[in-house]
Amino acid sequence: MREPTIFELSSPGRAGVTFQDPDVPLSEFPQEFVRANFPFPEISELGVVRHFTKLSQKNYAIDLGFYPLGSCTMKYNPKINEATARYPGFAATHPLQPEDTVQGNLYLMYTLQYWLAEIGGFADATLAPAAGAQGELVGTMIIAKYHKDRGDLKRTRILIPDSAHGTNPASSAMLGFDPVQLPSDERGNVDLEALAELCDDTLAGIMFTNPNTLGLFDENTAEVIRIVHEAGGLVYGDGANMNALLGVFKPGDCGIDVMHYNLHKTFSTPHGGGGPGSGPVMVCEKLVDYLPEPHVVMTSLGDEENPPTYGFARPKKSIGRVKTFHGHFGMLVRAFTYIAMLGQEGLRDIAEKAVLNANYLQAKLKGTYTLPYDRSCMHEFVLEGNWKDVPDIHALDIAKRLMDYDFHPPTNYFPLIVHEALMIEPTETENVETLDSFVDAMLKIAEEAHTQPELLKNAPHNTPVKRADELKAAKDLIFCCYPVGEWDKSNQ
Amino acid sequence: MFTPHTKADVEAMLKTIGVEKVEDLFKVVPEKNRFPDLDLPQPLSEMQAAAELDSIASANATTRDFISFLGAGAYQHYIPAAVDNLLQRGEFYTAYTPYQPEISQGTLQAIFEFQSLISLLTGMDVSNASHYDGATAAAEAVILAYNNFRGKRSKVLLSRAINPQYREVIRGYMQANDAIRIVGDDPETGIEPDLQKLIDQIDLETCLVMVQYPDFFGRIIDYKPLIEAAHAQGALVAVVANPTALALLTPPGEIGTDIVVGEGQPLGIPLSYGGPYLGFFAVKNALLRKISGRLVGETVDTQGELAYVLTLTAREQHIRREKASSNICSNQGLMTLAATIYMTLLGKTGFQQVANLCYQNAHYTANTVQEVPGFSLPFKSTPFFHEFVVQADENVPELLAHLQDHGILGGYDLGKDYPELEGCLLMAVTEMISREDIDYLTDVLNEVEHA
Repeated sequence: MREPTIFELSSPGRAGVTFQDPDVPLSEFPQEFVRANFPFPEISELGVVRHFTKLSQKNYAIDLGFYPLGSCTMKYNPKINEATARYPGFAATHPLQPEDTVQGNLYLMYTLQYWLAEIGGFADATLAPAAGAQGELVGTMIIAKYHKDRGDLKRTRILIPDSAHGTNPASSAMLGFDPVQLPSDERGNVDLEALAELCDDTLAGIMFTNPNTLGLFDENTAEVIRIVHEAGGLVYGDGANMNALLGVFKPGDCGIDVMHYNLHKTFSTPHGGGGPGSGPVMVCEKLVDYLPEPHVVMTSLGDEENPPTYGFARPKKSIGRVKTFHGHFGMLVRAFTYIAMLGQEGLRDIAEKAVLNANYLQAKLKGTYTLPYDRSCMHEFVLEGNWKDVPDIHALDIAKRLMDYDFHPPTNYFPLIVHEALMIEPTETENVETLDSFVDAMLKIAEEAHTQPELLKNAPHNTPVKRADELKAAKDLIFCCYPVGEWDKSNQ
Repeated sequence: MFTPHTKADVEAMLKTIGVEKVEDLFKVVPEKNRFPDLDLPQPLSEMQAAAELDSIASANATTRDFISFLGAGAYQHYIPAAVDNLLQRGEFYTAYTPYQPEISQGTLQAIFEFQSLISLLTGMDVSNASHYDGATAAAEAVILAYNNFRGKRSKVLLSRAINPQYREVIRGYMQANDAIRIVGDDPETGIEPDLQKLIDQIDLETCLVMVQYPDFFGRIIDYKPLIEAAHAQGALVAVVANPTALALLTPPGEIGTDIVVGEGQPLGIPLSYGGPYLGFFAVKNALLRKISGRLVGETVDTQGELAYVLTLTAREQHIRREKASSNICSNQGLMTLAATIYMTLLGKTGFQQVANLCYQNAHYTANTVQEVPGFSLPFKSTPFFHEFVVQADENVPELLAHLQDHGILGGYDLGKDYPELEGCLLMAVTEMISREDIDYLTDVLNEVEHA
């Protein structure tokens, strides 16, 4: 049943949470600035609580079931993270408090900078970026400034493999770079010959996702890095898929110059229905001076009586500030909690189980669905959601039909280099029973595709709404509960 | 701990895959770099982690331990209990971006309601589903304006009375674009409330004029002359607005503003040392197709039932790649939900009550502080909302240290960003400050004078 909007639920004269009257002598509000009307909803507290509770029940979520959304790492978000981030000692600190009053926050940030750099094999890290996409922006700013500072102004091109996330070309374009697409070879690796041809003295760098969005670790990783470095370019690692490599491989050890993590993928901070994310960026030694503000440093070593102290410092050649204050601090507390509970062995266990689960699903599904790159995968793999004998069935139909079996669909139509892609990432937190029941559903759907295709074409059947008319949304352009201008009429 | 595999599970799974041991799955990783050591502490149990984090948190003193007059872009407000209670529903916070509308109607409708509330609050036609924070929303407004004129207008005028961090972020975002000139916030143009020197710089090269409302110093300024002057030259106007103030103030949309952005943190989001917050972003219809970020639109499903979907995605990076209007990928999903619940819970009555409490408490504070010898209000003749500038005869860092010793965070030292305001303090007062707190502040300030 449709849940009315908050405006439909409103009744003049009702109130939710109200406040006391002022107890200070009153001052007059400047009349020339008083707003004429304020038609906000009027709903009781219970009305509001029921409204949002009912809305929540129209969502699918990790806490409800399996969410194998490739490239998003929808792993379990530990409840302890939610508790620690809400400790008043963290949550009630103002970002502009004097440093001596927030030594706990600064210690946490300093330590997390070190841990994240250590896990990736880098010299230092910034916690400022608000999301992976902003991390990419910071990384490309660092690359731009590094070349500029050396007076090497002709380096305007950034190579981006054809399997890359759309944020890669968008981020480099925002920095004025010219993104150049780099083809993949038949094994899903960066095509080395094409790479060598594209490398010259106009190369600023490459944005290299490894494992890539096919879920494959590039077999020529060292070679790719060597070729780009020899041409004078820097290697940006898109760390979106680091869940596969925790405790397994440090990208920095292999020559990656700068890389971002997505704390909301790899380090278990919740996706929140689309954010907030957090995208710390790590750099190698020669780039540490370019990190953005703020950066936390140890300001005194401490001694037997006094603990060390921490404060902010601006790196010497800093690219500046990309966000107000200190990044998504609440997300940093969650990631810190997670790493503190795992340690080296726990992190390696995460990667191993993520890769085990993905290979298990791949082995079980590849006979029924086409696996275009048939090799051992990392944390995810990509199937084709289409059969030659039933050409009308598309990846989208399979995705929608999975909802009827109470699973979230895999990512579909990405990466772009796979025909009718279904990108499946089970994550390490799922047990084998869940994986088996997903396999059963996928096999059943493959059978249905051949025997009762209308079941897929009309899917989903059991969801709060059915397939939505996206063209109509793009034509009608209704973004607001009330048509523009209607408010004034209804409130006079 | 977070991995459910039994030994037997692992063995059976490896058999299915056809390898002997888990390590065999990583043979593709260069051997010399495989399974490195990590310099990390020994892992903690949940109980130990809870205690460790509690001990780190306890090393802070917070706005609960102090009477805090800190604002300057982040504000301490009361958050009703129902906000966080609803936010902690796993159906909301463990969901992803609502790309699959059939099983994401909860998130989609909540964003649609957020867009509606922000449009109403700002007096604009369309709001997007949010940006990272107020500063990045302001930077996106600059990008929009620059692209709107296809690079033919290269001048961006920023008022010097815009939050200095916002101006830094805008410059950071535009650092690779040598064609764009970001000016107007120099000491020469200054911070006079009549803005005449800023208005004088508006010309046919100008793509955008940006001001803040109330401004960084809390002042409520009539921007109508500036907007008229900008529009006369064909330039766009963006206003950085405080959402709490808009419950009482004429919304920017009603005086002709083209873009309204701002920091949504005051809308039920904890201070949390600076984030995560949310940036709101609203425009007039004419700019609708140029905005970046997510948009939720209304439609129907195959049964004709009303449904919500992400729409106009052709602007976004996952479709347009390097031609996208921005690289932004996420919105501040859960933060927009917090703001939507907060605004709905307070509603028409509660929201205006909060704004009025801020206004009244701030004015009582300003009135009592200026009576203390050695303190004055340099912008006394300009109306203000819940933040104001105090000039002190004292050295500001010493004054702040003295107040801190007496349990007060006195405010923000403006001399750091504004040499012309050396000796000045920016104080914010919200509903969280009681009359007793204010009287205590003036007592301590009086002692400073007599000391």
